[in-house]
Amino acid sequence: MEFEVVIGLEVHVQLNTKTKLFCSCPTSFNEKENSNTCPTCLALPGALPVINREAIHKAIQFGTAVNASINRYSKFDRKNYFYPDLPSGYQISQFYKPIVENGYIEVNGRKIGIVRAHLEADAGKNIHESNYSKVDLNRAGTPLLEIVSAPDLRSSDEAIEYLKKLHSIVRYIDISDANMQEGSFRCDANVSIRPKGDTKLYTRVEIKNINSFRFIQRAIDYEVERQIEAWEDGVYEDEVIQETRLYDSVKNETRSMRGKEESADYRYFPEPDLLEVYIDDETLETYSKIPELPDEKAERFQTELGLSEYDAKVISSSIELANFFEEMINSGASVKNSVTWLTVELLGRLNKNNLPITSSPISSSKLSDLVKAIDNKTISGKAGKDILDYLMEHDISVDEAIEKLGLKQVNDDSAILKLIDEVLSKNSDKVEEYKQGKTKLFGFFVGQVMKASRGSANPQKVNELLRSKLS
Amino acid sequence: MITLKEALKLPKEELPHLKQDLKKRIEEKKELNAYISLDESGDGVPILIKDNIQVKNWSVTSASKILQGYISPYDATVITKLRENGLAPFGRANMDEFAMGSSTETSYYGKTLNPHDYERVPGGSSGGSASAVGGGVAIASLGSDTGGSIRQPASFCGVVGMKPTYGRVSRYGLSAYGSSLDQIGPITQNVEDSAILYDIISGYDPKDSTSADIEYSPITPNLNPNQKYRIAVIDNYVKDASTEIQQAYEKTIRTLEKLGHTIIHKEMTDAKYDISAYYITAMAEASSNLARYDGIRYGSRVEGENLKDTYFRTRSEGFGDEVKRRILVGNFVLSSGYYDAYYVKAQKVRYLIQQKYSEIFQDADLILSPVSPTLPFKFGEKKEPLDMYLSDIYTISVNLAGLPAISLPVDWVGNLPVGLQLIGKPFDELNLFNGALSLEQGLK
Ligand SMILES: [Zn+2]
Repeated sequence: MEFEVVIGLEVHVQLNTKTKLFCSCPTSFNEKENSNTCPTCLALPGALPVINREAIHKAIQFGTAVNASINRYSKFDRKNYFYPDLPSGYQISQFYKPIVENGYIEVNGRKIGIVRAHLEADAGKNIHESNYSKVDLNRAGTPLLEIVSAPDLRSSDEAIEYLKKLHSIVRYIDISDANMQEGSFRCDANVSIRPKGDTKLYTRVEIKNINSFRFIQRAIDYEVERQIEAWEDGVYEDEVIQETRLYDSVKNETRSMRGKEESADYRYFPEPDLLEVYIDDETLETYSKIPELPDEKAERFQTELGLSEYDAKVISSSIELANFFEEMINSGASVKNSVTWLTVELLGRLNKNNLPITSSPISSSKLSDLVKAIDNKTISGKAGKDILDYLMEHDISVDEAIEKLGLKQVNDDSAILKLIDEVLSKNSDKVEEYKQGKTKLFGFFVGQVMKASRGSANPQKVNELLRSKLS
Repeated sequence: MITLKEALKLPKEELPHLKQDLKKRIEEKKELNAYISLDESGDGVPILIKDNIQVKNWSVTSASKILQGYISPYDATVITKLRENGLAPFGRANMDEFAMGSSTETSYYGKTLNPHDYERVPGGSSGGSASAVGGGVAIASLGSDTGGSIRQPASFCGVVGMKPTYGRVSRYGLSAYGSSLDQIGPITQNVEDSAILYDIISGYDPKDSTSADIEYSPITPNLNPNQKYRIAVIDNYVKDASTEIQQAYEKTIRTLEKLGHTIIHKEMTDAKYDISAYYITAMAEASSNLARYDGIRYGSRVEGENLKDTYFRTRSEGFGDEVKRRILVGNFVLSSGYYDAYYVKAQKVRYLIQQKYSEIFQDADLILSPVSPTLPFKFGEKKEPLDMYLSDIYTISVNLAGLPAISLPVDWVGNLPVGLQLIGKPFDELNLFNGALSLEQGLK
């Protein structure tokens, strides 16, 4: 039987607000344990939450970016459960009336629905030692935007494409650092299968604890495989139950997280310490103005700058890369060379060193200087590669590197002619052969001249002058 | 005892003498057990503070075992306001554990006595705050009122207790019981003191999202006992009260008429709906509000074999029976499958009660109502929780509707006081205090 895969994703994006969602503690990372805390986020008796407007604004921006409706009235609710990293014994979330609903994003031409996005407070962290545990509440109360997709995704590849797109959008509108390693972009996947052609939804399994695109893909693939096998072995009803499973990246498998009998009842009810969130016209207008999004940027790169669809997509896939590129163009580097030198040469070198564009040792202005030197023939393309290699290791300017490596292109006719004369006189026998018709030797002469210039002669000039000299 | 108004006029150097005198009186009437401790914090006219209002560096425990050892690191907004106005927190008042009760019998620190009859309860949950003022061992105090917890003990102890409009006084620093119902308010010797203390603690607080961001003009300078009002009486309500209360009620109506007020007659929905809506709402909120007392970060912890066991033991040993009962019921009414039938329905009833009140207020400026259906009852008299809950029938609808109300003594039956309450329109405290002042003066 052929199966169709049905995937829905829940993404938790940590918003990069200055302060926490319900108190004025900073959201900064890597501070001393429990130092970013106050009566409210420690849940001391009598402390109360106050909504951080910045988080509301970022949610509006997100809703706008994913073509969603922004609810003018939304509400916070309490989700009740006990855990040491949850000081109040309830998480303040939006259950009944989220701030963002009914949006979508386009992934490879398909519309993937975003059912809702709501604000909620993150929990702290439990740190387990051998026979005791510690609690760090620095993260407690940090704002999260939980983005819930419709079960519209049909393969793990498509799920990853969706996530990458979402990641890119979140970065473009700058509402989150979206760093997966640091946990500011986290994903849970709901996975089910069904016989192809069937329209009903079968039992979905939630996979938690996946912190990289690669692992998400593997976890989904593993789970799909497990469900199909169960179906084919006739044990689908027994083995595939609605449950939460954890992905183990070491063993590459998903495991049941809790027994069936312990399904949690969160006893949601409206948070009585907060009023409804009302978004007035002015706020909505201000924050629904968002910067250009990845698709728009890719479109503009094609129509205005003449980039290929592929190049435009690669460069616009991340805001940092797109900004890097645009900074190069704005400082006068040619479009064509900028594309090549950014996407092939620089990214190639960064990938080899496992560096993201944000940690590039070469800034956009430096790469732009290099490209301009190539544009105006100060250096050859080949010299450019040597210089780029050198700049990856040394923090000096492009001019200094050209100087240092002696790779300035020689464009001066008399200097080149001088080299040509030397080469021709040293190889008078080959000149004779050439003149008798062995024209293939032309390449040999070019090579010798280039070599004599240690690569710095302008090859086009060498060609021209050599041709006239030998005619 | 010196009134708050007089105490505020004292020169600074007199205050230490005042406190000395106060301590002597408290010592002489130690058996009242209105004070949990005699903590002092700062200079100023001494004000007794209910044990659920945070005072920096004090042990603040909501009269519960589970908060033993907890020291508050911050001042509630009302405490900050006291300090800014020449007052200072002085002593922690006994109360029902987590403000759950109507007799102050559920306190971890033992019962507080009624200053007028030691066999009888002072009311609750702000029993310590009311008993101390009624017994002449406090100038004034702060209490909190979730379903009558200021007004009922004030009425039992023969003093003035006032619950502000919901949102008028910041709840920041008040240990939450029912967040949508709780308000802090003054308990004083007379109406004018009540207005003075109310003025000091009122006003918008950005730290409490449910506090009302509206213009506030002080009551005290504008008090006018000669203003005449249309005062509604709820005929079908009063029939459930004891004879003594009904008689005091009738007498008060005649006094009000004599003072030139107009009495009009109105009906309310049956108070049994109030009881259900109130207890469902308050217990639901309480079950969640009290989840933070888990022994992990502060207060008393009873170590168990694992995390779950630690939670279980800490909360089993730390909470008293009444608190456990309310947490259980609260969890039940919020659980899936029951949420709509209980919690959601209670909110609908709550809305209807609000509607009913605003209908009455289309025609009336104030409402006169009993506070308690009976005179102060004896210790141990109300053994069934439901009997205790029913003693709140006249006070809880005011909290459900978020209205301001003031309880003041109108009569005595032997040595026992009878208090009645005036209820006002939302944020119309000025007319509420005017009406109360008029009645107080008319009774003299
Ligand atoms: Zn905080």
